[in-house]
Amino acid sequence: MSVSFGGDEGGVNLTNVVCTSHHTADIISTVEFNHSGELLATGDKGGRVVIFQQETENKSQPQCRSEYNVYSTFQSHEPEFDYLKSLEIEEKINKIRWLPQKNAAQFLLSTNDKTIKLWKISERDKRPEGYNLKEEDGRYRDASTITTLRVPVFRPMDLMVEASPRRVFANAHTYHINSISVNSDNETYLSADDLRINLWHLEITDRSFIQLLCGFNSASDIVDIKPANMEELTEVITAAEFHPHQCNTFVYSSSKGTIRLCDMRASALCDKHSKLFEEPEDPSNRSFFSEIISSISDVKFSHNGRYMMTRDYLSVKIWDLNMENRPVETYQVHEYLRSKLCSLYENDCIFDKFECCWNGNDSVVMTGSYNNFFRMLDRTQRRDVTLEASRESCKPRQVLKPRRVCAGGKRKKDEISVDSLDFNKKILHTAWHPQENIIAVATTNNLYIFQEKVN
Amino acid sequence: MSDVCVFSQDEENKICPEKMEEAKLKARYPHLGNKPGGSDLLRKRLQKGPKYFDSGDYNMAKAKIKNKQLPAAQTEKAEITGEHIPTPQDLPQRKPSLVASKLAG
Repeated sequence: MSVSFGGDEGGVNLTNVVCTSHHTADIISTVEFNHSGELLATGDKGGRVVIFQQETENKSQPQCRSEYNVYSTFQSHEPEFDYLKSLEIEEKINKIRWLPQKNAAQFLLSTNDKTIKLWKISERDKRPEGYNLKEEDGRYRDASTITTLRVPVFRPMDLMVEASPRRVFANAHTYHINSISVNSDNETYLSADDLRINLWHLEITDRSFIQLLCGFNSASDIVDIKPANMEELTEVITAAEFHPHQCNTFVYSSSKGTIRLCDMRASALCDKHSKLFEEPEDPSNRSFFSEIISSISDVKFSHNGRYMMTRDYLSVKIWDLNMENRPVETYQVHEYLRSKLCSLYENDCIFDKFECCWNGNDSVVMTGSYNNFFRMLDRTQRRDVTLEASRESCKPRQVLKPRRVCAGGKRKKDEISVDSLDFNKKILHTAWHPQENIIAVATTNNLYIFQEKVN
Repeated sequence: MSDVCVFSQDEENKICPEKMEEAKLKARYPHLGNKPGGSDLLRKRLQKGPKYFDSGDYNMAKAKIKNKQLPAAQTEKAEITGEHIPTPQDLPQRKPSLVASKLAG
C-alpha cells in the first residue's frame, strides 16, 4: 500500500521512498538543514553538533540517490555551573541556525540554555610541505644539515573538516534560551528566553545590540516583563523568529497561545506589538488543561513570508499575517490525546515541545507525535498522513506505510490503539530540505532521512 | 487558544472529554490549584533542573556519574598468589565499601 499525495505542484509522493538512518550517541535535541540543503546539522543533549553532508553518487545521472554522511562532529557546549543560582547549566543544544553561505566556509549558530556560539566550519584539502627548518612530522631539523633553500608547496591531502568557534555570546540571558533566529540582513540575529528577546550583531559579543523587552501587558510605557513579584508571572515567551524577508519584523509566541508580531521600526523597545494573533476561546469549553495545551511550542514563518505556522500540543495552525483574529487553517495532529490529558499531565508529556516545519514551496507542513509517528499535512490537497520512523521503515525497498490510530471503539486491523502508544518515543524535531523532498526526522537516538526516490 | 471541543461519540451525555479528564485529575489531586497556567507551573519551568547546595556539591555529583561509567572500562587484574612478592601494581584494586561512609556525600 503506498501513499501519494500532491502532484507536480508541491506535495510529496511517498510511493518511492529511500530511507537512511544514523544512530546517535546521545539524545538529539535539534535538527536543521542549511540554506542549500546540502548540509544537515544535529545537536544533542551532550552538547555535540554533528553535521551531515549530502553526497550524490553520480552527479551526471539525474536519478542519483543522495545520501547524507557524517561531515563534521564537534563539541559545541560543555556543562557549566551557575554559581549564583546553584544550578547546572546544561550543555544540551537547544537550537542550531545556519547563516547563509558567503564564502567557502560555513557558519552556524548553536545555543544551549545560556550561551550562543558562532561556529565556522571550513574544509582543508591542501597542506604545505617542504619546510626548510622542520621535518614533515614537525620536528626541527638539525641546522647543520640544512644546505639548500627550498620553497614550501601546497600538496593535496585527505579532506579535513574543521570547526572553530568564532564568537561566543554569553551572559545575556537570565532565563533559558528557547530560540535563535538569523535576520535576513545577515548581520543581526535574535535570541529569546522565557522573558526577554535580545538582538545581537554577529560581530559584537560583549553586549547585545538591543534588548527587546517584550511585554505581555502594554499598560505602561516601559514594560518590564519580569514582574516585581514572580508569583504574578502568567505568561512566558516560548519561541521567536525573524521574518524571512523583512529585516525589521519578528514574531514571538507565548505560553498562552498568543503570537505577537513586532516591527522594530515602530519602537526600539518593542514592548508594544504591531499585531496580536489570538484565536478566541469558547469559555464554556475551558478546562484545567486549556491553557497548557494552548501553549505554543514552535512558530515558523512560511518561506514566502505571507504566513506563519504555530504548533500547540494538539494542533498545527496556519495564520495569515494580515488576519489576527483567527488562523486560516487548523490541523489536528493527534486529537485522540484529548481524552488522555489527565495521564499526559501526570507523566509530564503534556509539556512536550513539538516543532513543526514547512516544505520548500509551503504546500506541506510536517510535525511529530508519539510512538515515533510524524504527520505530514498537505495544505493544497487537504490530505494528511501519519508515518512512522522506525527500523521497519528503513528496510530496503520498503514503502512507508501510513499509520492509523484508533481513538475508541472497535480497532480495525493495522490500527494501533491509543493505549498502546509509546509516549517515550517522541518525535519533537523534524526538518525539511529547502528545495527537495528530503526530510530529516529525529527520534530519541536516531536520525532518519527520508527522500523521494526519483525514477 | 483552544478550539471547539470534540464530542466523543461513545459518550451518552455529551460532556467534553477535556472536562472529563479535568474531573479525573481533580479526583486524584484534590488540592490542585485552579490556576494551571499560573505562577507555580511557570516558576517551575523557569527554574528547570536540580538545585545543588554549592559548586562542591555539583562537582561531587558529576564525579559520581563519571565513576559509575568507569568500572565497565577497567580490566580485571590477574590474581597473583604465591609466585612472587607482589608489588603495589600487582595488587587488585580495593573494591568500594558496601556500607557508604557517613563522611561521603
